[in-house]
Amino acid sequence: MGPRHCPSPCPHHSKGSGSEWEEVTGRPSDVRIMAGKVKWVTDIEKSVLINNFEKRGWVQVTENEDWNFYWMTVQTIRNVFSVETGYRLSDDQIVNHFPNHYELTRKDLMVKNIKRYRKELEKEGSPLAEKDENGKYLYLDFVPVTYMLPADYNLFVEEFRKSPSSTWIMKPCGKAQGKGIFLINKLSQIKKWSRDSKTSSFVTQSTKEAYVISLYINNPLLIGGRKFDLRLYVLVSTYRPLRCYMYKLGFCRFCTVKYTPSTSELDNMFVHLTNVAIQKHGEDYNHIHGGKWTVNNLRLYLESTRGKEVTGKLFDEIHWIVVQSLKAVAVNASPSLTSSTANDRILKYNLINDTLNIAVPNGEIPDCKWNKSPPKEVLGNYEILSCAFLHRPGARMLMERGGYDEELAQGDGADRELRSRQGQSLGPRGGRSRDSGRTVLTTWK
Amino acid sequence: MLQEESDLSLVIAQIVQKLKGSNLYAQLERQAWASLQRPEIKLESLKEDIKEFFKISGWEKKLQNAVYSELSVFPLPSHPAAPPEHLKEPLVYMRKAQGSWEKRILKSLNSMCTELSIPLARKRPVGEQKELLNKWNEMGTDEPDLSLFRPVYAPKDFLEVLINLRNPNYENGDSLSFRTHLGLIQVPLKVKDIPELKEFFVELGLTTGQLGIDDSTQVPPELFENEHVRIGQKVLAEQDSAAAQQYIRQGSPTALRAELWALILNISSQPEDILYYEQLKTNVIQHDLLVDSLIYKDVKLTASNDDYYFVFEDYLYQVLLCFSRDTSVLGHFAYNSASPPRSYIRGKLGLEEYAVFYPPNGVIPFHGFSMYVAPLCFLYHEPSKLYQIFREMYVRFFFRLHSISSHPSGIVSLCLLFETLLQTYLPQLFYHLREIGAQPLRISFKWMVRAFSGYLATDQLLLLWDRILGYNSLEILAARAYCQLL
Repeated sequence: MGPRHCPSPCPHHSKGSGSEWEEVTGRPSDVRIMAGKVKWVTDIEKSVLINNFEKRGWVQVTENEDWNFYWMTVQTIRNVFSVETGYRLSDDQIVNHFPNHYELTRKDLMVKNIKRYRKELEKEGSPLAEKDENGKYLYLDFVPVTYMLPADYNLFVEEFRKSPSSTWIMKPCGKAQGKGIFLINKLSQIKKWSRDSKTSSFVTQSTKEAYVISLYINNPLLIGGRKFDLRLYVLVSTYRPLRCYMYKLGFCRFCTVKYTPSTSELDNMFVHLTNVAIQKHGEDYNHIHGGKWTVNNLRLYLESTRGKEVTGKLFDEIHWIVVQSLKAVAVNASPSLTSSTANDRILKYNLINDTLNIAVPNGEIPDCKWNKSPPKEVLGNYEILSCAFLHRPGARMLMERGGYDEELAQGDGADRELRSRQGQSLGPRGGRSRDSGRTVLTTWK
Repeated sequence: MLQEESDLSLVIAQIVQKLKGSNLYAQLERQAWASLQRPEIKLESLKEDIKEFFKISGWEKKLQNAVYSELSVFPLPSHPAAPPEHLKEPLVYMRKAQGSWEKRILKSLNSMCTELSIPLARKRPVGEQKELLNKWNEMGTDEPDLSLFRPVYAPKDFLEVLINLRNPNYENGDSLSFRTHLGLIQVPLKVKDIPELKEFFVELGLTTGQLGIDDSTQVPPELFENEHVRIGQKVLAEQDSAAAQQYIRQGSPTALRAELWALILNISSQPEDILYYEQLKTNVIQHDLLVDSLIYKDVKLTASNDDYYFVFEDYLYQVLLCFSRDTSVLGHFAYNSASPPRSYIRGKLGLEEYAVFYPPNGVIPFHGFSMYVAPLCFLYHEPSKLYQIFREMYVRFFFRLHSISSHPSGIVSLCLLFETLLQTYLPQLFYHLREIGAQPLRISFKWMVRAFSGYLATDQLLLLWDRILGYNSLEILAARAYCQLL
């Protein structure tokens, strides 16, 4: 007992699904008679998923039967939607990944997509692609200088020679959890990739060996002298129009060892990489808190030590990056559903709960014709990512409770045109009013 | 009337005496001398002109803040002939109880010392000094063998002592009446009842805006939050301690909190302060104290495992190790019922000339002590500032949570206040808990001793500590504990 508040799973009762259990005889075809109960399948045995399905009273079926909701692993998606099988979802089916999710998770594809997106905007003459006098993007500069290896090896060398004392980070394209990442500060350390690009043919280059190399940011924000990263959950319910939601309860992952930019510690992965999978094996890893902070903690710390404006700007820009990345590409990917601590389990349970509430509102059978934005009550801990002024010249992120909902954004467009002539300030529908116009920054909240 | 006046002049004289030795005085003198160069200062009206100059340049405000700060810690007015023990604690039986408790603690410390054959203090060899200096920013990675050390005491041990406190002059009578106190604390101290609390905490009333409640997302910021923030910024611009203290009763905006607390506690990081901290650091490097191991153990057991504070582990060592060596802390024992333990140079037991205070600051840490520092890490990341703020919080407030005294903010009064509130306003709950053998104080005691650190989410905790500063009292802790059981 104690006053400390731990988030507890909130009992959600599926209201208004209007469905009643009916007598069934047990034959597979009778499953359809259970009108209204969502039928689910999963090939991932994780309690945070299964508990959520069960508490909604959904019915578990196998993949060969008629199902409405399939939470599948990345491999399964690949198989299900591969060109050979030609499988198509029917109107009452939903899965948890878009078919081309890997466009967002594979590092080389992501880089390609962003570079292409920027060029497209530039060609269209979009104000978002505006550059400053040094040729740097004003609003789309959120990826450090990156090249693909071995393809761009020569381009990389040219860049490397411009600032030979810089550090670069090598990341394998197809791996996760920090596997295979290392830092370099000398060309000799990546000679391997130069040999390949000169001698090997296209056939022998396996995608497994493809890497991206980025300029390493060696002055990261440190807290308690430690480096950390952010794990945020974003849900994309439809791509056209783009509807995405950011889960408010993301978290920060800290390194267990103090950060030092000293080159002697380049090999010490505990200093530089924050993935839990790696930190877990460090001596100082703590199993009670798992080296994690909630994003709210981070916010409190930053507001207290740096002020509200700076903190607001930070979160605005994070949201901006998320939305722009999604626009550049079309997908999401599979978050880790393994829970490392008790708090973690609770977080992920609630996350899936809120996700399902949005994706399958009221426990209704999915219908591809669904087009409404979900009402505010079902958002749970998600917030809509909205950039009502996405297309407005000079406008940046402005969320506050916002999320991105393209329809809402476009809906505002007409209003915007009208009012801007009268010089009034506008705000996202239903939100607090904000300054519009040429300001590059707007204050968070 | 005359008595009041002479009391006042006594107080003034004492404060003047105190401030004369301070750095501020030296600065004011310097400023006064320098101002003679200014054209507006004329010889005929020297005094008024300099006063005017101080006012305009903000030095008068600094002086006001310093005086206000002294007044906040100044002990309650007492008879001029009262001996110094009375300033510490007026009631004899309380003093005696504190004395025996201290003896027990010291005994425990000494026996640990003997068992482990570790000296209370030793000078570090040069090699070890160098090593420690290199590791200064990451002492958390050190893994000394602490298995043999145990905390000198834990809050529950202290609670047992408080439960057995009795006033020998007070006869309870055998018959139970509705006035019988059913709680664990059995000493007749005067504590506030709800009407008095309402009056004392008037700014926390339902009709006054509060941060933490009236700035939630459902409430439009125009109603309260925006204006409150604006006022806060104004208070900071004016650099007025007293105004800040009044303002913060309604809670502090997160972005202004660090500065407001510093203003209220009258902390400004002068070069002398930074130098002083560096000196303490040098002491840590040169000498190893037994209490250092107790500190390490405490941090590892408490803050390192905390969801919010584990990040700041290294700062905690940097603050607490220095704190143990800070002899300026000894000053607070003038108004603390506790007294610093004494130790004697080896072989000179009993000889006054060879007596030293141990640890140098006179404060022996107990289990959970490091949690007093941890929340402050959310506000200050510069070690010497963090240190100053913590030290001031300790000598103004925290010491009262683990010493036996009759002070209204002392832990005994807080316990009694908590129990009285519960018995008066939630008698059924109180009685029921007693019946099932779960005296509510046993649950809430540890919350109050730690000022709720580690038991509340940090943002809530900081709002609570805002009120401690605002009302210059710890009674809010008892009220909070009572509310927790509602």
